[in-house]
Amino acid sequence: MENYAVYVPRLVTRRENFAPGHRACIGCGEALAVRLACKALGQNIIIANATGCMEIVSSPLPYTSWRVPWIHTLFENTAAVASGIEAGLKMMMKKGRIAQKDIKVVAMAGDGGTSDIGLQALSGAMERGHDFLYLCFDNEAYMNTGIQRSSATPYGAATTTSPAGKVSIGQFSWKKDMPAIAAAHNIPYVATACPSYPFDLMAKVAKGAAVKGPAYVHILSPCPTGWRCPTDLSVRVGRLAVETGMFPLYEVENGKYKLSLDFPKLRPVTDYMKLQGRFRHLSEDIISEIQQRVEKEYARLKEKAS
Amino acid sequence: MAKRVGIEVSLAIGEVVKLANADVVAAYPITPQTHIVEHLAELVANGELDAQYIPVESEHSAMSACLGSSAVGARTFTATAGQGLELMHEVLYVASAMRLPMVMAVANRALSAPLSVWGDQSDAMAVRDTGWIQLFVENGQETVDNVLCAFRISEDPRVLLPVMVHLDGFYISHVIEPVVFPEQSQVDQFLPPFKYPVPLHPDKPVTMGAFAMPVIYSEAKKAQEVHLEAAKGVILECWKEFGKLFGRNYSPVERYHSDDARVLLLTVGGFSETAMTAVDKMRGEGKGVGLVRLRLWRPFPFAELRQAVKNAETLVVLDRAISFGGPGGPICSEVKAALYGEDKRPRVVGFVGGLGGRDITPAGFEEIINKGIEISQKGSDQEFEIYGVRE
Amino acid sequence: MTKPEGELTWRDLEIGSIVTEPGNASQYQTGYWRSERPLFDSGKCIKCGICYIFCPEGCIEQNTEGYFAANLFYCKGCGICVRECWPRAITMVAEEE
Repeated sequence: MENYAVYVPRLVTRRENFAPGHRACIGCGEALAVRLACKALGQNIIIANATGCMEIVSSPLPYTSWRVPWIHTLFENTAAVASGIEAGLKMMMKKGRIAQKDIKVVAMAGDGGTSDIGLQALSGAMERGHDFLYLCFDNEAYMNTGIQRSSATPYGAATTTSPAGKVSIGQFSWKKDMPAIAAAHNIPYVATACPSYPFDLMAKVAKGAAVKGPAYVHILSPCPTGWRCPTDLSVRVGRLAVETGMFPLYEVENGKYKLSLDFPKLRPVTDYMKLQGRFRHLSEDIISEIQQRVEKEYARLKEKAS
Repeated sequence: MAKRVGIEVSLAIGEVVKLANADVVAAYPITPQTHIVEHLAELVANGELDAQYIPVESEHSAMSACLGSSAVGARTFTATAGQGLELMHEVLYVASAMRLPMVMAVANRALSAPLSVWGDQSDAMAVRDTGWIQLFVENGQETVDNVLCAFRISEDPRVLLPVMVHLDGFYISHVIEPVVFPEQSQVDQFLPPFKYPVPLHPDKPVTMGAFAMPVIYSEAKKAQEVHLEAAKGVILECWKEFGKLFGRNYSPVERYHSDDARVLLLTVGGFSETAMTAVDKMRGEGKGVGLVRLRLWRPFPFAELRQAVKNAETLVVLDRAISFGGPGGPICSEVKAALYGEDKRPRVVGFVGGLGGRDITPAGFEEIINKGIEISQKGSDQEFEIYGVRE
Repeated sequence: MTKPEGELTWRDLEIGSIVTEPGNASQYQTGYWRSERPLFDSGKCIKCGICYIFCPEGCIEQNTEGYFAANLFYCKGCGICVRECWPRAITMVAEEE
């Protein structure tokens, strides 16, 4: 990560293309992430958005929080709609029906709309090499419908469809590695980001938008409502996710891995988990299992990046 | 001067899309539509059709890509059949409710299970309520003409609704028929360029697909229904203009010796032409029968249907799809509903036949008509009968 | 001013229920949601802008003198700015009736 001076926030564009007045929960990390991404994307974009938290909070008829062109259709087809927009724009410009202009197609979806129901459309769009940026806003569950588990829910986390109980530890599977799946499609740019590191996030979104071809940025979006933490801790919890190695920040540029931020020693995962009610029920054994796995995965990532 | 060629109808559809200068084709192959999309791919690959061909990974994505393409104002085409039409089912509702113009050719195919690639109308009947304008054609020339009209109707600023053109899978899609293509100059005159009034573009940002709370959803649906019904006027206008330019006339309900007939058969789709042969034979024997065919399916041509059948005593409706546990033939149930309020109406008898591509010969149609007359006189303990099932 | 949804007739709706007024959701006063409010002390503020960056609503503004403060029309009272402010120039106070 580049060094930055303390006063750089004031150099960021003041324009809010994701306008205040949206109905996101108090302290929503995803709304913050969307807001920051919009600052990096500028005006010349068209957004295709999946059904989910951000879509619902930003578009209750007849209101919209969007100051850029935006379309929502269904839950699982964001990448397909984005493909159609990209193709349509290309032909309209080629045939002279609209003026030549650099318009970036940006797909926005949650973890459900990306790694579960939306995986097929995303894989197809990446394979076909459409020129678009796909942003996955990962709050680690189907939050908008009431905190049900997704394949992005971390191991051991309690959700309404993977509740902790007498015979259950919560989520029974490990978080699906979506950035690796994106990288396996050999697209030019894949990155992970977190709004707790706002300049890193904005730089990566801008970099993804500048790529010619598919780009994928996976953005951890802390959710106080679903993760059961106080509303003022969204940014802190996101930072801890990175510092404990549970959500490492890295890029994959043309297949080459690069860590954005490395730590001499990772903080213990309990530092991250103890702030969140969704992990409250975990036993020492499970926590230790998680700790080992996180360390193993982080070591593997470092090796890929060396 | 326009010349007449022998061409497989699927390929002819590709040629019309080329004449219409479509911008984007997003499609997924499925029997019996494959020849349509293969030919389009060839036309694009050779530079004959200047379009983006998106080989999507499923029909759901095909229709979704069409949504995106239409939303930026590009002329959009796709094609599908049977299972494919069902896979894109939820997206169809979105296309019409969001008023995104596009044209889709559907090579009507039976629905699984059991798997059948052969033609019947179950796929079309399953999408009755999706809000699309829907037309049925009976041969190659009609297919070519109506795909062209479909672009014009769909993109008309007073309509801006997606249009489906239903053709028989295999029986129309795969046969070589004599077709007269319009000249490019005639098409350019008939089909104006597509200009969507509120496209997605940074110069004028719009939000498409906002969600509706209960307090406003009904208003959104009413607006949609009003515009679908009003589209009928534009469709009639388009066919009239087409008739003047090209000499071939189309109407919402096509009639064949029906004005003086006591007994009418109603069919939809390709096997109507076989039914005509049966009608001719029976009329030759002095029987007062006639044939009525629906061409415009949505918006439903209530007035034209009522007019066409008002003097008949018996109306036999042959469906090529079955609605299980209910009225049997979907078209028959809609016809009955359309006639229910009329003071003077024929007795309607429903048959379901030709499922899964089973052929019905002229003798078969004769049998159906005679059976229909018998049932209308004596009644039946069944709501409908499936014709030709081996007991 | 956009008519609220309960007053719109079907004729009022744009084609396909498109919304043509960008950002008109900014008419909605999310400030009604909060039970606590951030109090900005310009005596301690170093004008770094971190609070502005981290606000999920995007409602923190810089005044003519360069000090930052939340626009209470939108502020939901999450408290992130209080947490993240480096010189601790922001405190949460209870919202009075």
